[in-house]
Amino acid sequence: MKKSFYKALKGLGKMIPLFLVVILFMGLFLAHISEEIMSEIFTGDPLRDTPVGAVIGSISAGNPITSYIVGGELLKKSVSLYAVTAFIVAWVTVGVIQYPAESAILGTRFAIKRNILSFILSILVAIATVTTLGVLQ
Amino acid sequence: MKKNKNEGYVGMRLLGLMVLLYVILYLLKPENTIKAAKASINILAQILPIFPLIILFMWVVNYFIEPKTVSKYVGRGSGTKGWLIAVVTGILSHGPTYIWYPLLKDLRSQGMKNGLIAAFLYARAIKIPLLPLIAYYFGITFVIVLTIYMILASIIEGKVIELIE
Repeated sequence: MKKSFYKALKGLGKMIPLFLVVILFMGLFLAHISEEIMSEIFTGDPLRDTPVGAVIGSISAGNPITSYIVGGELLKKSVSLYAVTAFIVAWVTVGVIQYPAESAILGTRFAIKRNILSFILSILVAIATVTTLGVLQ
Repeated sequence: MKKNKNEGYVGMRLLGLMVLLYVILYLLKPENTIKAAKASINILAQILPIFPLIILFMWVVNYFIEPKTVSKYVGRGSGTKGWLIAVVTGILSHGPTYIWYPLLKDLRSQGMKNGLIAAFLYARAIKIPLLPLIAYYFGITFVIVLTIYMILASIIEGKVIELIE
């Protein structure tokens, strides 16, 4: 029992430097990328803005609440709901900043495949969600 | 899948590079770098309370759960039950995604499928406590439709990961 506890402690302890890398990376992101900078990247064209939204969401980090607030502001600035949905979905499903930790712990091939798939799915989920909303309303 | 036994070594090297980056940025833009360091400390303070929970889970997995049990519920022959467990536990799990990696690695070594790990990680994006906030910004219908598609996407992602393995 004691051995299993120490094994768990040791297993997590070995990964603390990787967690710190992700946290320090997130700190840099939060200090340098403001909501205004994110808003300025969108043009108002849904075809261009949807993949752009997915890219910005993918490289962003932090609490998902921030993505909803930024997403709400983007909608007010006439950015399409397709782009905003891709942005908020990619924010929580794609982890570019977490990639070093995911790759080292779960394997590089797994991390690459999972993040690419999540990126593609963020666009597909956005299209499906907004199209369904259009049909329902 | 290649085994990664050197997380500690890789982590220390990356951490060294990150500290070096902070030192360089401090020399160039001290105010922003201090802001970044403070933001990092805030994030660390938020996730610290979750660590004992993760240690507890890892300990329980190591001590009480045998590989054949893991295989039965989330292994190769787990079927629909496995997908259901991965998606539901993903939705219910708390804290940042990266602190779940060690536990998932342990579960994988005991037989958990990669597809179910991917489904778990995707389903984590559905955060029940935050649903009212999304509804506030985007409407209740949006939340319901988005949640349904995200559950479907978590299973699709897991299935595709299995197919391309």
